[in-house]
Amino acid sequence: MNDMVMKMESEHWFTVGRLSEIPRRGARQIILPRGPIAVFRTQNDKVYAIDDKCPHKGGPLSQGIVHDGSVTCPLHNWVIDLQSGSAMGTDQGCVRTYAVRTDENGLVSVSLAAPSE
Amino acid sequence: MSKKLVVIGNGMAPGRALERLLDQAPEAYEITIFNAEPRVNYDRIMLSPVLSGEKTYQDILIHDDAWYEKHGITLKKGCKVTAIDCAGKTVTGADGSVAAYDKLLIATGSAPFIIPVPGKDLEGVLAYRDLDDVEAMLAAAEKGGSAVVIGGGLLGLEAAAGLKERGMDVTVLHLMPTLMERQLDTAAGYLLERAIEARGIKVVTGANTHEIVGDGKVEAVRLDDGTEIPADIVVMAVGIRPNAGLAKEAGLEVNRGIVVDDAMQTSDPDIFAVGECVEHRGHCYGLVAPLYEMAKVVAERLLDKEAGYEGSVTSTRLKVTGIDLFSAGDFAEGKDREEIVLRDAAGGIYKRLVVRDDKLIGIVLYGDTRDGAWFFQLMKDETPIGEMRETLIFGQNYAGGSPLDPTAAVAALPDDAEICGCNGVCKSSIVGAITEHGLTSIDGVRARTKASASCGSCTGLVEQLMSLTLGEGFTPGAVQPMCGCTDLGHDDVRRLIVAKELKSIPAVMQELEWKTSCGCAKCRPALNFYLIADWPGEYQDDYQSRFINERVHANIQKDGTYSVVPRMWGGMTSSAELRAIADVVDKFGIPTVKVTGGQRIDLLGVPKENLPAVWADLNAAGMVSGHAYAKGLRTVKTCVGTDWCRFGTQDSTGLGVKLEKMLWGSWTPHKVKLAVSGCPRNCAEATCKDIGVVCVDSGYEIHVGGAAGMHVKGTELLCTVPTEEEALEYCAAITQLYREQGRYLERIYKWMDRVGLDAIREQVVEDEARRTALFEKFLYSQRFAQRDPWAERVAGTDSHEFTPLNRIAAREAAE
Ligand SMILES: Cc1cc2nc3c(=O)[nH]c(=O)nc-3n(C[C@H](O)[C@H](O)[C@H](O)COP(=O)(O)OP(=O)(O)OC[C@H]3O[C@@H](n4cnc5c(N)ncnc54)[C@H](O)[C@@H]3O)c2cc1C
Ligand code: SF4
Ligand code: SF4
Ligand code: FES
Repeated sequence: MNDMVMKMESEHWFTVGRLSEIPRRGARQIILPRGPIAVFRTQNDKVYAIDDKCPHKGGPLSQGIVHDGSVTCPLHNWVIDLQSGSAMGTDQGCVRTYAVRTDENGLVSVSLAAPSE
Repeated sequence: MSKKLVVIGNGMAPGRALERLLDQAPEAYEITIFNAEPRVNYDRIMLSPVLSGEKTYQDILIHDDAWYEKHGITLKKGCKVTAIDCAGKTVTGADGSVAAYDKLLIATGSAPFIIPVPGKDLEGVLAYRDLDDVEAMLAAAEKGGSAVVIGGGLLGLEAAAGLKERGMDVTVLHLMPTLMERQLDTAAGYLLERAIEARGIKVVTGANTHEIVGDGKVEAVRLDDGTEIPADIVVMAVGIRPNAGLAKEAGLEVNRGIVVDDAMQTSDPDIFAVGECVEHRGHCYGLVAPLYEMAKVVAERLLDKEAGYEGSVTSTRLKVTGIDLFSAGDFAEGKDREEIVLRDAAGGIYKRLVVRDDKLIGIVLYGDTRDGAWFFQLMKDETPIGEMRETLIFGQNYAGGSPLDPTAAVAALPDDAEICGCNGVCKSSIVGAITEHGLTSIDGVRARTKASASCGSCTGLVEQLMSLTLGEGFTPGAVQPMCGCTDLGHDDVRRLIVAKELKSIPAVMQELEWKTSCGCAKCRPALNFYLIADWPGEYQDDYQSRFINERVHANIQKDGTYSVVPRMWGGMTSSAELRAIADVVDKFGIPTVKVTGGQRIDLLGVPKENLPAVWADLNAAGMVSGHAYAKGLRTVKTCVGTDWCRFGTQDSTGLGVKLEKMLWGSWTPHKVKLAVSGCPRNCAEATCKDIGVVCVDSGYEIHVGGAAGMHVKGTELLCTVPTEEEALEYCAAITQLYREQGRYLERIYKWMDRVGLDAIREQVVEDEARRTALFEKFLYSQRFAQRDPWAERVAGTDSHEFTPLNRIAAREAAE
C-alpha cells in the first residue's frame, strides 16, 4: 500500500470501541452529528456498521434482533442484510454501510468515508 | 568456503527449512543452531498424545542427535540467543558465546499468553507449549487431584483430555459462551461441549478468572462471580504471542510478529524469519501447515532461488481421541453467502458449508469429518460447485441417498419419553397400541390411549409416531412449520424440548435439526420463551433472542424513543405515586403523559439513555415496571367493588391487587390482561379480557378467552368458585396451562379456540390434581421471574443497552 493511500485512510478511520463492548448477536450505536450509526456483532464475531435507520420508516436497526448476517427491524420486521445494507425478501430499500475493522487487540474502527465493498 | 548460516530456535519450522536446504545443497552452509530448549527438534503438535499416554517422547522426535552430526550442524542446546548485532552480523548466546553469520534465520516461535491475574506466578501454574510443560503436568497427574484448564480452545481441550486420561479431576474454564468459538459456530460448540462433558470433564463457559488462590502453591481458581474451584495445577491455554522481542531489540521491523515479505525476508536483507514468530501480510499463524509452506520458501531463498510465499488458508482439527471436528475458512454470514446445513441429531453430526459466488469459503464439520480434506481442497482450489450444490454436503462419496427423514427426531426418542403431557402417555404405549390393535387413524389412537385427546398439541408427534410405526401406510397431516428454519411446528418443538430435555437454544437447534445456524427473528424469541417456561430456574435467558421492548423493558415508539409505564396494582395509585410521576415528568421533560386502557399512566417520549434514571426515580417512590411491553402479564383492571360501590358483591379491587401480585413478572406466549368486576354490571369489562373474574353473590365467575384488539371476542364462562383463594388458584392454573400449551404469539382466545374450552375445563376444573400441579408449577416459576427488571438495570445490569458505544463530534467526523 503506498503512503498516499495510507494517509487518506487514516484520516477517516475512527476507533469506536472494543469488540467486547458489543454483545454477540447485538449492536451498539455510534452517535454522529448527522445521526447514529449502528455497529453490529454477529454470532461469529463479524462486525458491520450501517446507518441506524431502517429504509422502511426509519426504525433504529441497532435495536433489532440479529440473526446470521442480518437484523430484523424492531418496528415492522423488515430484514436488512448487514453486509450490503439492503432489505431482504420482497421489501425494497437500502441503508448506507461503512467499512469496519477489528485489530488484534479487539479495537473496532469504522471508516466514515468509504462505503464497504 | 561455505557461508555461515545461524538459526535461532529449533522448532518445527526451521527443521523443515533445513531439511529442504540440505536436500538440495548439503554443502552450501556451515550451520549453527541455538535452541533455548535443551533438546533436539521434536513434533510439538504430538505433545497431546504424549500427555495422554498414547505416545512417548521418543516417538515424536523429528531429528535425533545423529541427524545433526551427519549434517555437520552445530546444535547449541539450552542456549538462548540474547542479542543480534545486525551491523556486525553476529549473535550472542546466553552462555556468552558469539557466532558470526552471513545469513541469519530467526525461528523463535511463539510464547503462551499468561493472563495477568493475581496468583499467576504461583507454583503449579503451567503453560502448554513444550515438553517441560508436559512433564510438569505428568508429575502433577501422578499424585491425582484436580486440574483447572483456563481456555477452551484447541490446546486447552487437548490438555484437559490428556489430564483426565491421566486420572485427574479436570475443569475447563472458558471465557466465551461456547468452546473453540474462533473455529466453531455455536451448534458445533454445543456438540463439543457435550462430548467433553461426556468424558467427565467439567466445562464452565462464560467464566472470567479473577484470581488464582494459593499460599506459594496453587490451591484454587476464583472466578469473577466468586465461585472457587479447587486445583492442584492450573494450565493456562488462552492463546499465544509471537516471540518477536529479540528481533525488535535488534532493530528489525516488528508489528505483532516479525514482519517478512513474500521472500520471508525481514527488514534486514540478510535476515530471514520463519514460523510462528513472523507476520506475513498482516497474518500470524499458529498451525504447522503454513509454517511448512514458509519453510519451503526460506530454503529456496537461502539458495538464491526464486520462490515466494503468498499466505495460507488454514484448517483446524482437534486431536482428542473420539471427538471428530474440523473447521476451515470463513463461516461468518452475509447476504452474498449461502449456507448448507446438515444436522443428524441421532448421529451427533453437524456439518455446515458456507458458499459464496458458487465457491466454498467456509467449513465446519462435527461428528463426521471424513470429507474434511475433500471440502478443504475444494475451498483452496476455489472449485465452482455448481453441479454438486444439491448433494455437496453429503460428501465425496455421495451416491443417490435419501432426503432427510422428518420422523428422525421422534424415532430417536426413548420409549419412556412422554408424548402427551395432558394424559401422561409415553412413546411405547402409543407404539404398542398401534401395533397391538392395528390402529391406522389418529382417532383410533386417541380412543385407545387418550394421547392427543385433550389439548391436541401433541397431535403432530402422535402422527409422526404413526407413520414411523406404519411406514408408507400413514401420511401425517401437514404441520405449519414454526418458521423457515425448521419443518417442525410449534407444538412438536415444545413437546420435544420437554421429551428430550433440551435446555438451551443451541441444543434445540442441533437436536431438532434446525436448517439455519443461528435461527431467525421468528424462532429465537419463541424458543427463548419455551425454554423459560419449561425449565424455570435452569434455563439461562437468552437476552439477544428477545425483542427490543423486552430487552430494554420499555416500549419502543415510532421515533425510536420509549414509553415508560409503572405498575399500579389493580389500578390503584396514591398521591405519593402521582407526585413522583409528576416530578419525573418535569425533571426529564417527558413530552406526553397518557392514561392507558389498563388503568395506569404511560409516560411517552423518553430517550433510551434516560430510561435508567427515570426508573431510578420511580423505583425510589416504590414503583416497579408495569411490563407494558412484555409477552407476559400486563394489567389487572378492577372496579371499586364492595369498597365503594352500592352494587358490589365482593372485594373486586382487593382480588385484583392480589391477582396482580401473584401473576406479575410471568412470561407468557403473548400478553395477558385480566380484570375483576365487583358485580355482573361488569364495570371493569372483565368479559373481554384474557382472563376475567366477575364477582357474584355466591362467589367468583372465572371467564376465559376474551379479546378486545384486532378481534373483539367475549369470554366464555369456565366455572364459578366460592372463595377468593380458589379464584386465585384457578387463574394461576389457567395461566400456567396457557404457558405450557400456547404457541408463541398466540393469545389466550386463540389457544382456547384451538384446544377447546372443554380441554381447559377438563384440566383446570375437573381434574383437581392437575390443577394443583399447574398452580404449584406456576408459583415455582414465579420464584425466578418476579424480579423488577427496572431495579436490576438501575443497579447496572445491561448498562451497554443504554449508552452509545461512542460519540464522534462534528469537527472530528469532518464529513
Ligand atoms: C500442545 C500443542 C499442540 C499443537 N497441535 C497442533 C496441531 O494439531 N496442528 C497444528 O498445525 N499445529 C499445532 N500446534 C502448533 C504447532 O506446534 C506450532 O505451530 C509449531 O510448532 C511452531 O513452530 P515454530 O518452529 O514456529 O516454533 P516452535 O516450535 O515454538 O519453536 C521455537 C523454538 O525456538 C526456541 N527459542 C525461542 N526464543 C529463542 C532464542 N532467543 N534463542 C534460542 N531459541 C529460542 C524455543 O525454545 C522453541 O524451541 C500445537 C502446539 C502445541 C503447543
Ligand atoms: S361492576 Fe358492579 S361492583 Fe363493580 S363498579 Fe360496576 S356496578 Fe359496582
Ligand atoms: S391502536 Fe395500538 S398499534 Fe394502533 S396506532 Fe394505536 S397504539 Fe399503535
Ligand atoms: S421502520 Fe424498519 S421495518 Fe418499518
